[in-house]
Amino acid sequence: MAKKPRVKVPSSAKKGDVIEIKTLIPHKMETGQRKGKDGKPIPRFIINKVEVTFNGKSVVTADLHPAIAANPYFSFHARVTESGTFNFTWTDDKGGKVTTSKKINVS
Amino acid sequence: MKYRILASCAALLGLAVATMGSALAQDTEADRRAKDPRNKNYIVGEKKSGYVFMTALTRDMQDDDFANPAFTVVDVGQEQWNKVNGKAGKSCASCHNDIASMKGVANKYPQYDSSQDRMISLQHLINRHLEKDMGAKPWKWESTQMLGMVALIKSQSRGMPVNVRLDGPAKKFFEKGREFYNQRRGQMDMSCAHCHDNNYGNMARSNVLSQGQMNGFPTYRFKWQGVGSLHRRFIGCNKNIRATPYKRGSEEYTNLELYMQWRSSGLKWESPSVRN
Repeated sequence: MAKKPRVKVPSSAKKGDVIEIKTLIPHKMETGQRKGKDGKPIPRFIINKVEVTFNGKSVVTADLHPAIAANPYFSFHARVTESGTFNFTWTDDKGGKVTTSKKINVS
Repeated sequence: MKYRILASCAALLGLAVATMGSALAQDTEADRRAKDPRNKNYIVGEKKSGYVFMTALTRDMQDDDFANPAFTVVDVGQEQWNKVNGKAGKSCASCHNDIASMKGVANKYPQYDSSQDRMISLQHLINRHLEKDMGAKPWKWESTQMLGMVALIKSQSRGMPVNVRLDGPAKKFFEKGREFYNQRRGQMDMSCAHCHDNNYGNMARSNVLSQGQMNGFPTYRFKWQGVGSLHRRFIGCNKNIRATPYKRGSEEYTNLELYMQWRSSGLKWESPSVRN
């Protein structure tokens, strides 16, 4: 059963407001340094990129490395001037992507 | 009252020990954490929730339902609650309606099951519903669905004092649980009491020992980088002292859970909590 990312975006804001967006992505973030019960290293498997866009334009891009915490919490601020949709994409080492989106009404 | 080596030496030599307000000895990290005003609601008499033994940053994570990583499995539990599962074509919601109806259920388990003449935990009951009432496949104790469902249900009792019935047939199983808790086992020949009754607040390697209260389970542990059950913790503790662990859902661990729920009674439910 897959755990889903959690994203918090205010449902509405005034034009020019700076809003806080919070995200939590479930992921083991295997560093590649741990060894399994057989003594062999467990292969690295992390989310290595976070991309957030608003109405198609990039808001935040982050490159992650193996020191990233498991199940990381990310929050950031954005200034909104129009209504639209935030799109969130998490990309892992195997190229797999997890996406979600949230709408905001800006008046 | 536990005396630190430093304190007793100082007393013998009649030296004044510089303190941060404590009359006898320098505060340990555990003392400092226990005195934090944020912890007031997590202490009942002598009983201290595991919350009190965590750093402020860890407590911040637990206090924010969004940032608490355990909620990613609670979300799974909520999905499962509404999902039709099995040949009977039912979901949990079909009979139980809103999840809020589960308030107080955390205090109803472990309970006595006369058909098996043993105590059963919430997990056993959930599987009984799945198999017998819904015609669905049972869930493994530590699966995401089971952890999610148990965390979801127990979280409905958050803020309520922990309690459990010990009357009638439950009494003899409670005594077995109490015996287990106090019994030495393993290569290190230690009992639960040695760490959690006699040495809470002291360090075991780099960790501050808690009282081993169960009011936060299922819990997100940094050590596990994920959510785990109380029985999983029992397995870890038994392995730590080099004792052969029992299985999740075994009678031994279910009886121990019953004893520990009595032991934690009065503390408030915090499930799902965030711990080391």
